[in-house]
Amino acid sequence: GGLSRKFSKVVSYYSLTTPPYKLDALEPYMSRRTVELHWGKHHQDYVDGLNKQLATSPLYGYTLEELIKEAYNNGNPLPEYNNAAQVWNHHFFWESMQPEGGGLPEGGVLQQIEKDFGSFTNFREEFIRSALQLLGSGWVWLVLKRNERKLSVVHTRNAISPLAFGDIPIINLDLWEHAYYLDYKDDRRTYVTNFMDHLISWHTVTLRMMRAESFVNLGEPNIPVA
Amino acid sequence: PEDVVWIKQQPLPYPLDALEPYISKETVEQHWGVHQQMHVDRLNGMIGGSEWEGMSLGQMMLASFNEGREQPHPPFFHAAQVWNHDFYWRSMKPGGGGKPPERLLKFINRDFGSYELMIQQFVDAALTQFGSGWVWLSYKGNKLPYVKSRSPIPSDNFGKLVISKTPNAINPVVWGHSPLLAVDVWEHAYYLDYEDRRAEYVSEVLEKLVSWEAVESRLTKAVIRAVEKDTHLTRRVQRTKQRLAQANGQGRANRPRAREGRRTGRQGEEEVAKSSPVEA
Repeated sequence: GGLSRKFSKVVSYYSLTTPPYKLDALEPYMSRRTVELHWGKHHQDYVDGLNKQLATSPLYGYTLEELIKEAYNNGNPLPEYNNAAQVWNHHFFWESMQPEGGGLPEGGVLQQIEKDFGSFTNFREEFIRSALQLLGSGWVWLVLKRNERKLSVVHTRNAISPLAFGDIPIINLDLWEHAYYLDYKDDRRTYVTNFMDHLISWHTVTLRMMRAESFVNLGEPNIPVA
Repeated sequence: PEDVVWIKQQPLPYPLDALEPYISKETVEQHWGVHQQMHVDRLNGMIGGSEWEGMSLGQMMLASFNEGREQPHPPFFHAAQVWNHDFYWRSMKPGGGGKPPERLLKFINRDFGSYELMIQQFVDAALTQFGSGWVWLSYKGNKLPYVKSRSPIPSDNFGKLVISKTPNAINPVVWGHSPLLAVDVWEHAYYLDYEDRRAEYVSEVLEKLVSWEAVESRLTKAVIRAVEKDTHLTRRVQRTKQRLAQANGQGRANRPRAREGRRTGRQGEEEVAKSSPVEA
């Protein structure tokens, strides 16, 4: 009991965030069993693994994003890196999807995609191509590049997050085999295509783009005329 | 030509359902029949008309690894994955597992303390391999002058059995080790049968499927190769010394040494390349 001790220290760790829909809500494109395992086991394991490490780590006390940047250690990751990044990546992934998702984005998001990729079709094809080019486990991302001030598709290996390079993630799709093997086996192409056409949450993307625009000016600089 | 099959898909050494119930027929059909076949097809698709054309699988794997200095050349991933899978299938047999035979057990006891400690180290390696990859038991023969890539295992244990884990397609052959046993820990290898329970999959493979006879036979060959190489190296050093002594005073000591070094490099590569996953 904390009351019996003269001094008590408050300790807090990370917890598993819940996807914003029911576990079977992404069927038939992502089965209930896949989500149960992926969220309930894999994502949970990363949370548990991170908390266990933080109990004795000098990195305790950072926010998750800061922790990822710190633990990335300029490309020589510290032991906490994999768990920290995977906790963030999975949380971000669940929120990148919604039931009845997919299709076309609207308004400013669509305009920005057309500006940076030429057309929505080009973007869709580049996202699928990049996902298929990744060898082994990892992630494919739509990111907003801070310096270039444009959207770009990248893939990363294992737990690597574009946060560490200073880019702003907009969408991610998990390409570890545990994300699709029960539902698609080796057919990664169909998995990625279904994500694009039926699962991606353009609603989330809109919110993320709005937030990103407070860090990156996507228009022409607005210089007041005298 | 694009339609030539340079590298053939090797047959499974047993029926598709022979590893049941530990590895299901469905998994083997998918893993060998679809996944490995895809590596074979992609590899064949990229080597026609290239510098890799006509090489054996082992030669191509070593040459395209690029000594680990930079990114491997494109055929490496598929060539090594074909090699690894062929080696993996031949590391198992129906009715396998149990205790290793006497001679192999002596090596295991010497280098790990006991069979149980070896298994524990193997499972630990499997559980800590983050992302796709493989776990290996290998014989680390002797110093290998022709392998310039750096092994992550310290150099003080030549002549010993070692356990290592490798990411994606990498295998210990590229460090000059002689692999004896491979377990695939890519998620596709066990997800249909064990879902996320990797420890259970690896334990079942070790306890019920490993062909310790294959492991022992590979060890015997690896030891013979290492002894031959040692003898060859000793002779080479002696010859070089003699030649240097002769050349001393003529001021041309450097040239024969350089030529000698190059020739040994090629011989070494051939030796490793010869140890195909199917015959090894």
